[in-house]
Amino acid sequence: MPMTTTSLIDLANPSRFLALVNRLSSWLAAATVLAFAVGVFGVYLAPDDYQQGATVKIMFIHVPAAWLGLFAWVLMSIAALGTLVWRHPLADVAAKAAAPLGAAFTLMCLITGSLWGRPMWGTYWVWDARLTSELVLFLMYLGVIALWQTIDEPTRAARIVAVLTLVGAVNIPIIKFSVDWWNTLHQPASVLRVGGSTIHPTILMPLIAMLVAFTLLFLTLHLAAMRNEIMRRRIRSLLMLQASATAGA
Amino acid sequence: MTALSALMLRDMRLAVRIGGGAVIGVLFFLIVVTLVPFAIGPDLALLGRIGPSILWLGALLANLLALDRLIAMDHEDGSLDLMLTARVPLELALAAKALAHWLSTGLPLIVATPLLALLLNLDARATGAVALTLLAGTPALTFIGLIGAALTVALRRGGLLLAILILPLTVPVLIFGVAAANAAIAGAMPFAAPFTILCALTLASLVVGPFAAAAALRHGLE
Repeated sequence: MPMTTTSLIDLANPSRFLALVNRLSSWLAAATVLAFAVGVFGVYLAPDDYQQGATVKIMFIHVPAAWLGLFAWVLMSIAALGTLVWRHPLADVAAKAAAPLGAAFTLMCLITGSLWGRPMWGTYWVWDARLTSELVLFLMYLGVIALWQTIDEPTRAARIVAVLTLVGAVNIPIIKFSVDWWNTLHQPASVLRVGGSTIHPTILMPLIAMLVAFTLLFLTLHLAAMRNEIMRRRIRSLLMLQASATAGA
Repeated sequence: MTALSALMLRDMRLAVRIGGGAVIGVLFFLIVVTLVPFAIGPDLALLGRIGPSILWLGALLANLLALDRLIAMDHEDGSLDLMLTARVPLELALAAKALAHWLSTGLPLIVATPLLALLLNLDARATGAVALTLLAGTPALTFIGLIGAALTVALRRGGLLLAILILPLTVPVLIFGVAAANAAIAGAMPFAAPFTILCALTLASLVVGPFAAAAALRHGLE
């Protein structure tokens, strides 16, 4: 049956969703590689900082990783609303797939930030508001992953994790505004702020390019992870069917 | 007697019995505060400086210990099903349970604080500051813990997972509680700022806790 448009409700059918993912995934992967090529070239062209030298270019990994760590939790929160409010069947698959990705990007943000802080600030770690709230975000990701693993039945686990995700969503604005609300060693906001960005275009453009590249990477990995999760649930259903058939026979 | 007050009285009576949360909570608080000088060393000046933090950490951990009895016990003996189907809104019933839990488990910690402050070389002003901030902050710990207890109610060994889920959410309460206590002692920073934020956290948790816990119970026990 030919489809001219695919709306969100059509994608509630896992088979249709898998068909869409199979069509999209290679294009997304190619777009990711292309975006990274453009981004890395832009990073190569970007000038060194007059104080920090070339080490400032850790920023081109650190900032996208931080952005994606927050983005993943926001995506999980929207998926949680989809599970609890609209009962969208694939919302919990999206949330479960996003959790390890968000945790990985948050960890990458913490590690790259720490490696950057050692030459710049003289310390690997400081307990200021931005770093502390980011670490708390990482712990919350681990808690969500642990909760997913602990509850057997997927739909029940989805609803419980959805509640936890929404409660934890309060941390996202705290992280974003932590550098404004507190005196932090971490620099204040310089990209998304009232009055526009304070970064020079020669550094801002490669940063945006790397942001786009990393976001495409996240989307590619996320769709692949959703496909894996749907497959995993099908296997589980088949196993349970087989077990009950054996028991009934 | 209304249903809510009956529920509260029942919870408080159960908690103060042997094996209930009240006595065990205070004992755990005492043990934690006793352990810290063994780890740090008997330097009284140092203990006096970090005393408020030790007391806050001990109160947080003691609160955490008693939390998995909050809903799991009712789930085991079936009274949770009665609460789910009762005419009293589940949110109010859970709020009443959390309040009873705080009265029976949290308040004894605050009462025990002056005695333990003696062990940590805190003077009267410091002890008063810590007790006041604990009074303002421990309800937040209980009501946030209510969310974790509701999330892990059906799990068999949910206690440790409850701690993992709850502790990141209680970090702001700990930060502002210790900040307020230290501000009252040292006087270098205004006391009102962290204290009012601590009170705000408690008030917010009084609302968010029961609603999130009720949602978790309704969705998680189907």
